[in-house]
Amino acid sequence: MFNNSDSIVNLSNPVYRRRQRANRLMLGLSGATLLFGLFWLFWIILTLVIKGGGALSLSLLTHSTPPPGGTGGLLNAILGSIMMAVVGTLIGTPIGILAGTYLAEYGRRGWLAPATRFLNDVLLSAPSIVIGLFIYAVYVAQVGHYSGWAGAVALAILVIPVVVRATDNMLLLVPNSLREAAAALGCPQWRIITFICYRAAMSGILTGILLAIARISGETAPLLFTALNNQFLSMNMNAPMANLPVVIFQSSKGLAAYWKITTGRCWASTSPHALYSASKQTPGRHGRPAGNRP
Amino acid sequence: MKKSQNASLMDVLFKNVTRSFAFLVFILLAAIMVSLIYGSRESIAAYGFSFLWTNDWDPVRNSYGALVPIVGTLLSSFIALLVAVPVSFGIAMFLTELSPTWLRRPLGTAIEMLAAIPSIIYGMWGLFVFVPIFQQYIQPYVIQAFAGVPVLGDIFSGPPFGIGVFTAGLILSIMVIPFITAVMRDVFELVPPMLKESAYGLGGTTWEVVWKVVLPYTKHGVIGGIMLGLGRALGETMAVTFVIGNAFNLPSSIFAPSNSIASALANEFNEAGGMQKSALLELGLILFLITTVVLALSKVLLLRLSRNEGTSR
Repeated sequence: MFNNSDSIVNLSNPVYRRRQRANRLMLGLSGATLLFGLFWLFWIILTLVIKGGGALSLSLLTHSTPPPGGTGGLLNAILGSIMMAVVGTLIGTPIGILAGTYLAEYGRRGWLAPATRFLNDVLLSAPSIVIGLFIYAVYVAQVGHYSGWAGAVALAILVIPVVVRATDNMLLLVPNSLREAAAALGCPQWRIITFICYRAAMSGILTGILLAIARISGETAPLLFTALNNQFLSMNMNAPMANLPVVIFQSSKGLAAYWKITTGRCWASTSPHALYSASKQTPGRHGRPAGNRP
Repeated sequence: MKKSQNASLMDVLFKNVTRSFAFLVFILLAAIMVSLIYGSRESIAAYGFSFLWTNDWDPVRNSYGALVPIVGTLLSSFIALLVAVPVSFGIAMFLTELSPTWLRRPLGTAIEMLAAIPSIIYGMWGLFVFVPIFQQYIQPYVIQAFAGVPVLGDIFSGPPFGIGVFTAGLILSIMVIPFITAVMRDVFELVPPMLKESAYGLGGTTWEVVWKVVLPYTKHGVIGGIMLGLGRALGETMAVTFVIGNAFNLPSSIFAPSNSIASALANEFNEAGGMQKSALLELGLILFLITTVVLALSKVLLLRLSRNEGTSR
């Protein structure tokens, strides 16, 4: 061993070889972890495609959920989900954008902006089931019945922190020279923000909104205590409302149909995410998906 | 003159409108706290702090204690981290140090897609696809293999139900991997190239550079990212409800069915009334407090990293 080691950096040096082996082992394990992650992704997607693909039919989109033992579709659940997601987005988005605007444009000094930023992150990471409990306590319990409105408000509360964060991050990326140029031309601040900063940050804010929609379209927990479910087709937002996640949760029969619809939902909620991933490389580090960080 | 007055009026108006909406976030959070505390006042008055460590959940005798769901939540999240942390580290290392540049984006996007799958799909897939396979082909052999070993034998004991704390932890780990990986990748990319090049120049192998230079440099950020993943795992409802077993038993082994706070809420809240409802609301309050503390810790750690970096946020 030792007689031919005239140099320390020698291929047969035992220390060198041990380090080399450790390196190869660890790099191999690193690749294995990646395969581990991809393995689950492909298994889940494969399941959705195989089990869901077989159940594709038109009646899924034209009939309501069946009574036990019957056949039917998911029209009421699809409509309910869409309506609540739309209303939730319409309520949550303006609030989120305006609050985010304050943080980025007016909150450069003072305590309110940093504190709100922190609380917004708390809200972003709050378990969605707790949001459901909150809406139950302040709305459902007071009114005395479950309703689509309650579900929409719960979803809106989930939308707000995502949009606040996206707006805040994107407005901070707008170069100050743009604001200064406009101010030098005599433009009042509110016009600078609405006409210049918003336009510059538009695509980032939009992807933030898309991300929020993707998030709420997959949410189940907050709807359990607010919108509950409805066996029939109902457009009445003031009554319990069917929605896909809760229908999936409550039914253990006719799974094939649900697999199918979940496939669609899965892709639907994936595409905005992928879209965002595609757009995020431009703004650099700050552009990391807002919803990606709870 | 009139025009500029209008403009300044609009300025004041716009500023105050946005400020009030920023304040709304404040109020919202306070309202969540207050409403949960108010809703759980009966249970708080009846049990006090002993609610936290009483092992008793009996709607028939109307007696409640939160020990089982708290333990189940913490244990399943702990298992999730045990799996997810090394895996995320490996993936982040692969994507930042090893992977050819053209592969980074597609592979990174694929891992991020794990975060885009709705949690109910994880639950459903876990219960109907993963659990039967796990129960039949893996679990019996694991139980057998560890049967004689002193400590591990107890950890991996019990009948192979398929569902249980371990299954919940495993599925949670798949769900949090993309979040922890995203943070790790971010902070790994913050390491100055000079530092890594110096280590390579001294003859370090890739692994040594990552383990002894990159990781120590980014440790606060990495721990912060792990905490973010932990917060995610603690609050997860639907996926856990499907596979944890929903039994109010202290888990005797990691394969035993148990319960978590979120899944207890999902299963019982709609049918509950009176004291049970109040106790469930208190469970929700506990969960919210736990996740808030975890988030605050992770924020502090991430902030410390960016201070070191000299960046503003």
